[in-house]
Amino acid sequence: MADPTEERVPTVVVDDAHVVYKVHGSPASGTGSPIASLKRLVTRTKMANIREVHAIKGISFVAYKGEAIGLVGSNGSGKSTLLRAIAGLMPAERGAVYAAGQPSLLGVNAVLMNDLSGERNVMLGCLAMGMSPADAKAKVKEIVDFSGINERGEFSTMPMRTYSSGMAARLRFSISAAKKHDVLLIDEALATGDARFRRRSEQRIRDLRADAGTVFLVSHSDSTIRDTCERSIWLESGVIRADGPTEDVLKEYATFMSK
Amino acid sequence: MPQTAVADSGTGIPLKELAARHGLHSAAALPSLPAYFREIWAYRHFITAYSAARITSSFGQTRLGTLWQVMTPILNAAVYYLIFGVLLNTKGGDVSNFIAYLCTGVFLFGFTQTVTQAGISSIHGNLGLIRALHFPRAALPISILLIELRNMTASMTVLFIIVLATGEPLTVEWLLVPLILACLATFNCGLALFGARLGSKLTDIRQLVPFFIRVWMYGSAVLYPVQRFTDHLHGWKLWLIEANPMLVYIELMRHSLMENVKLASPVSQLWIEAGVWAALMFSVGIVYFWRGEKGYGRG
Repeated sequence: MADPTEERVPTVVVDDAHVVYKVHGSPASGTGSPIASLKRLVTRTKMANIREVHAIKGISFVAYKGEAIGLVGSNGSGKSTLLRAIAGLMPAERGAVYAAGQPSLLGVNAVLMNDLSGERNVMLGCLAMGMSPADAKAKVKEIVDFSGINERGEFSTMPMRTYSSGMAARLRFSISAAKKHDVLLIDEALATGDARFRRRSEQRIRDLRADAGTVFLVSHSDSTIRDTCERSIWLESGVIRADGPTEDVLKEYATFMSK
Repeated sequence: MPQTAVADSGTGIPLKELAARHGLHSAAALPSLPAYFREIWAYRHFITAYSAARITSSFGQTRLGTLWQVMTPILNAAVYYLIFGVLLNTKGGDVSNFIAYLCTGVFLFGFTQTVTQAGISSIHGNLGLIRALHFPRAALPISILLIELRNMTASMTVLFIIVLATGEPLTVEWLLVPLILACLATFNCGLALFGARLGSKLTDIRQLVPFFIRVWMYGSAVLYPVQRFTDHLHGWKLWLIEANPMLVYIELMRHSLMENVKLASPVSQLWIEAGVWAALMFSVGIVYFWRGEKGYGRG
């Protein structure tokens, strides 16, 4: 337990951030003909097949060292976009996001290539996180062992396309968790593994936090959030609906969802 | 575990000041150009590993695997031999060894063509990767260049064999080949960087590229002797053709590999143009790309 009187060190400061991104393709019906396109050009109306999504609408909060923060909200509420904004992968259109070091997002589709073996993907993932080739090589076995993909035969030398979705997700989590991050952002990765792997990954998150990092966790599983985070933020349509101790926020969220 | 109170900073300090006080920096701040170069250098191992992985995975489902790297240029050359050597029996005129002359142009131009095409979609086609991982975005167009450079090495080997087999002597001037390739690769690197940002903003540009490439190819005297231009063009039209960077690189390569090749401009002028084009295109490409660095995740 930290001394509450001691000054807490912020690691992520989000100051009235707005995130807007563009979606190409998927035109609305009835706008697909060449004449409709020409009409749009002549009348200078907005292109129907490029739509802007205002995913985050003015969010402010401060995250401190040693915290694990759960992000909850219905589908499309902006949770993943918020993580990307914190990681600097999708810059804020207005407002600002400040962070200590380089926050690192444990995403669902990282560098991993389906035609390459698991081992080579691990190597590539480590290099993408900025490790030196020597460090990466030394980590390969540890990561493969942690992911447990070799428990059912020598899968680490097989192409990733032969993996089940659970195995691939475990490998991705293991790669990201291999490096110590000041700020680690996790996007629903824990929900994919089996019960044994989930226990192991929760332990790994606790270890990472013990190294004085900050962890953000997006999950639809209440129990995962409850087990790992003591603070939670509830997002709905890009704005914060509640921010506080996990129990209170989850209760409010549950009432909202059951309506 | 630390107790967490409610979210606000509790101290009443403006958030911007709080961030500055604790040395946090904005994730969206653009690094300086030298810092960007250092960042790219720090990620060099990732860039090489990524290009190697892309090559392996692109041949991953084929039986012959990376053997295709060599097979593709050989087949290309065979097609041109069939059409121009056997069917049209192109001989004499301005060029004595037409097959070698043609293959030099086709292989060199093919290098630029694939880099341009792949470079334009290198950002747009990798949005998933860009939104998942932090790395200098220039790594993507640069790895495109490395992939094509490796394919080019295979093509050059085939080209050497063709040139020697068609009766050209091995001369000291062959030593200039790596230098020409280095200039061309630098030029193409700038082109890939420039195209990558352009293609990420204007997705329509991809539809126009094939037309642009075709005009460029016909203007680079790839399929016919350069005298077709120099014999009857004057003034700004001739100047435009002679300044074409691809024509410069192709002419230099032909001059180094073959005897009795008539050039459109003197060799010394070609060398100056080759260097200037490489430096110019690379600087324009890297600066233009770097200025967009933080916005690529937006799509």
